[in-house]
Amino acid sequence: MHVNTFDRYESRQSAIHQLDPRVKVVVTVLFIVANALLPDGAWLAFLAAWALLLFVSGAAQIGLGWLLKRSLIVGPFLLAAVTVVFTLPGNGLAQWQLGPWTLVPTDAGLLRFVSIFIRSWLSVQMAILLTATTQFPDLIHALHHLRVPNVLVSIISFMYRYLFELANEAGRLLRARESRSAAGVNGRSSSGGSLFWRAKIAGHMVGQLLLRSFERSDRVYNAMVARGYNGRLLTMNPHHMKSSDWQLGGVGVVAILLIQLVARL
Amino acid sequence: MNVMLLPAAAQLMHIPDGFLSLAISLICWGITAVFLALAIRNAQEAFDERLIPLAGIMAAFIFAGQMINFPVAGGTSGHLIGATLAFIVLGPSLGLLAMAAVIILQALLFQDGGLVVMGANLIGMGIVPGYAGYAIYQFWQKRGGRMQLAAAGVGAWVAIMMAALVVALLLSFSGTTSLAIAVPAMLGVHALIGIGEALITVAALAFIRQTRPQLLSREGEAQASNGWIAGGIAVAILVALFSPLASASPDGLESVAQQAGFLGAAQDAPFQLLPDYTIPVLGDGGASTIAAGIIGVLVVAGLMYTLTRNLRKPSE
Repeated sequence: MHVNTFDRYESRQSAIHQLDPRVKVVVTVLFIVANALLPDGAWLAFLAAWALLLFVSGAAQIGLGWLLKRSLIVGPFLLAAVTVVFTLPGNGLAQWQLGPWTLVPTDAGLLRFVSIFIRSWLSVQMAILLTATTQFPDLIHALHHLRVPNVLVSIISFMYRYLFELANEAGRLLRARESRSAAGVNGRSSSGGSLFWRAKIAGHMVGQLLLRSFERSDRVYNAMVARGYNGRLLTMNPHHMKSSDWQLGGVGVVAILLIQLVARL
Repeated sequence: MNVMLLPAAAQLMHIPDGFLSLAISLICWGITAVFLALAIRNAQEAFDERLIPLAGIMAAFIFAGQMINFPVAGGTSGHLIGATLAFIVLGPSLGLLAMAAVIILQALLFQDGGLVVMGANLIGMGIVPGYAGYAIYQFWQKRGGRMQLAAAGVGAWVAIMMAALVVALLLSFSGTTSLAIAVPAMLGVHALIGIGEALITVAALAFIRQTRPQLLSREGEAQASNGWIAGGIAVAILVALFSPLASASPDGLESVAQQAGFLGAAQDAPFQLLPDYTIPVLGDGGASTIAAGIIGVLVVAGLMYTLTRNLRKPSE
């Protein structure tokens, strides 16, 4: 497994990629907050927000198909939201018989469901663009500049640093188990003892991984202390806001405000 | 190693942006901020400059541990979610920091969970299940032996159920789903996921007890009293906070039944059953939502801070 296995960064030479990560974080969060504030059925504003999204993804040279595929992650939650179609009071649109229940989709419910879907879909795509145009260490560094508590930022950057190491470790444990027992023949998953036995083995593997991680943190800590670590992480990658960063950030904020205005006209 | 192995820790737990109202999101951020601040302070006291490498690597462990699955039946598999195990082995402060790092990284890197709703996800997947599982485990602390392992299993199962309940409640308070459908659906699905979590948690703890018993006793004692109190408060605050909202929102089951009944009788009846209700209890108006959210955050944060501060033992 490569160090970058978990990174979702798409390397390009675009203005968006070169933008200061702080600007990108702030504009993304504002965009998502503003989306949450758009009322149900503000179609023109939804369209405007989508246009902004298209503009950013175009400027960042990120393909729409790729963006669309990754945005499917909101899918499972739509299942939870679909119930409002039937439970929100409003004018009934149809009547479906489903066993003992009568399902009545209402116009208000449908409006709400579609609005939830659009808001969520727009928000997740902007977040995807943020990760795709910013390397994760830069993103973490931006959080530090934006006054997220230092301890938390350091823990997250440390976690990111050791993610693939421990994922590799877990991969080795899984491979060892597969070669010894639990992989079934012809896709059958029942080999290697009872369900409880399988759960027990998985639990032992988790315990094993935990102990190894614990020991590794000890070794890492000692190595850091030996090199002069005193509880503070230093960075060799200081970010400076350029005037173009301020300008592009300003454009983003104005665009987001305009979308709100469109929704309320 | 393919992408399929990447932990998809119970997809239905990571709420994406857009599914919660802004007011609920902000209130959740307020609660979360207080818990995180307390956890950071307690953990720094306990671990000093060791904290960052320890918490960082244990967070990476939880992430990697979620990859370890076991086949259940019909192509499905159970795997660890981890809040209970993290809280038991690392203590509540360090456990919460590790879980928070996992949830934040999953949201930032994989968009597994939203950014503005991250506070809600931290409550649903870190704070509530962690303290619930830990409190149940601690309750049997003195019994020792097999009894305590069983308690860890019960705790892990309850933790998952609590997490599912919180997600369902938050969704329905935001008007995104109906309470009467979301709660039983989420609890039903997670009753099974919880069994997998319980089995793995118990087996992992049994393994650690056998190979490294001092790890459990030392970390456990250090922060036991603290976690108990905070856990109780967490549950109390959540209930207190959401009960007025719950009673104000229309009973989903009732409204479904009435609608269905009405429709059966007269197809085009104008059923404005609840003319004053808009389901998002806190309204969709921009300025009012923000104001309500900020006031809520301040009140809740102040309340929580005072409570936890007073209840914390001065000498530890």
